Amino acid sequence: MRRFLPRVVALGYLLVVLLAPLGMVFYRTFQHGAAPVWTAISSPEAVHAFELTLLVTAIAVPLNTVFGICAAFAIVRRRFPGKGLLNAFIDLPLAISPVVVGLSLYLLYGRTGWFGSWLTAHGIQVLFAWPAIALATVFVSVPFVAREVVPTLRELGDDQEQAARTLGASGWQTFRRVTLPSIRWAVVYGVVLTTARCLGEYGAVAIVSGRVAGKTETMTLLVDDDYQNFDLSGAYAAALVLAAIAVVVLVVMTLTKPKEEAA
Amino acid sequence: MADALGIAAVRPRRAAPRGERLGTSLTLGVVTTFLGIVVVLPIAALVWQSKGQGAHGFWSVVSSPEAVAALELTLGAAVVVALINGVLGTITAWVLVRDSFPGRSLVNAVIDLPFALPTIVAGLTLLALYGPSSPVGVDVAFTRAAVVLALLFVTLPFVVRTVQPVLHELDVEMEEAARSLGAREPTVFRRIVLPNLLPGILSGVALALARAVGEIGAVVIISGNNPYRTEVASVFVMNRIESGDPAGAAAVAVVLLCIAFAILLAIGGLRFLLTRHERA
Repeated sequence: MRRFLPRVVALGYLLVVLLAPLGMVFYRTFQHGAAPVWTAISSPEAVHAFELTLLVTAIAVPLNTVFGICAAFAIVRRRFPGKGLLNAFIDLPLAISPVVVGLSLYLLYGRTGWFGSWLTAHGIQVLFAWPAIALATVFVSVPFVAREVVPTLRELGDDQEQAARTLGASGWQTFRRVTLPSIRWAVVYGVVLTTARCLGEYGAVAIVSGRVAGKTETMTLLVDDDYQNFDLSGAYAAALVLAAIAVVVLVVMTLTKPKEEAA
Repeated sequence: MADALGIAAVRPRRAAPRGERLGTSLTLGVVTTFLGIVVVLPIAALVWQSKGQGAHGFWSVVSSPEAVAALELTLGAAVVVALINGVLGTITAWVLVRDSFPGRSLVNAVIDLPFALPTIVAGLTLLALYGPSSPVGVDVAFTRAAVVLALLFVTLPFVVRTVQPVLHELDVEMEEAARSLGAREPTVFRRIVLPNLLPGILSGVALALARAVGEIGAVVIISGNNPYRTEVASVFVMNRIESGDPAGAAAVAVVLLCIAFAILLAIGGLRFLLTRHERA
């Protein structure tokens, strides 16, 4: 009996905190059949929210992928002053509240902010429009690719790269033909984590978007908005879409995760 | 491995060729510019703006009863959650590495669910099961217990994921040696396993703490956001902004920022202490 105690405790905990609530949402969503679900997620607001979410994700993911690979490369392979500081600032978005991120952007690009008057004078709308939502999303998803690639790059060592250099390969050739193939699964895993974070960001986006339904509302804001307007079926339907994406993300994560158990 | 054997040290250091130097400065330039625009500039704006109202204005917001209540609840709940996950996360990691049962790899995959699931959906899922229309008769909605539950959900993976790799690497022979010398299971765990896992547990707990202090998405739906009772600090900040008081929001946001920096520093210090024998 005592042998099974840890297993029971661990699985029970996961069941109570993770799995049962998730299953409940699937049940609640389809409680009255699939028709109301379809109505809710094909409404103009929902479609627009979905498009906006995809747009900011499509901006944030490539930017942070390139940044993450460059940053990881600089941290592992190069020596320069201020490396610790760079490391700390890459980790920062993991530690600070999304609300703090949102407020920071609000204070930078808002009417009274540093860039506020310049932007207003030139008629550029950043805050309460998609650029601010994109900026918030990029901010919160900065660390993921870098953090996945750094340990892989470190473990890889630079013997192969040195060999390629001795054989006359240029820096870019070495990177593309030797380094990149070795770190590709770490990059993919990082990209998946980044995507998940971008699709699911709520706190930072809630502050900078202005939350205008059909205009500046992302999927997560739609869930919250529907809930606050007592449209529970709408909230559940939008949440289901996000949860379904999360399950897909989870599957891809499991398939691409750098294998520590294989070692 | 090569480093450990000192092979790397034997290789003569040569001056980097021009192309490589150029590449390095280009990469560094891109990395710092991006990070500067995306992360550092907004944070600087926040700190600057909160300074604008003076120390007195800052203090009067931070020491207002509502802000104090929010910060107390946030820190209290975050510590409770980090501790619970420290214990249960370690047990979960242990089960995933040392135990074997059908479906173990599935359970292993499920651990990452809170990373994949949007936090607002997490809040809604918890409300569906532990809210007013709970099918199991447990209704914690709009209470402090709901805040703890929501934070448990979003911070669950941290300790598991920091302890798991350490447990993998841990040599079973050490434990077998202890057993063969007559140590009982609890002793083996306390004297052999736990000291080895402790760094992993601590950094997982610190990450969970940082995450819990800043969390809003999972909390906002299920907590009810009652000022003085269930309003966490991040919700307080959001409410200040929505009621047109960005200065007040900035004051509490700076407190949250300082807590985040302190936790990052602690993690950095921990890492430094742990790798000292590797660096020596």
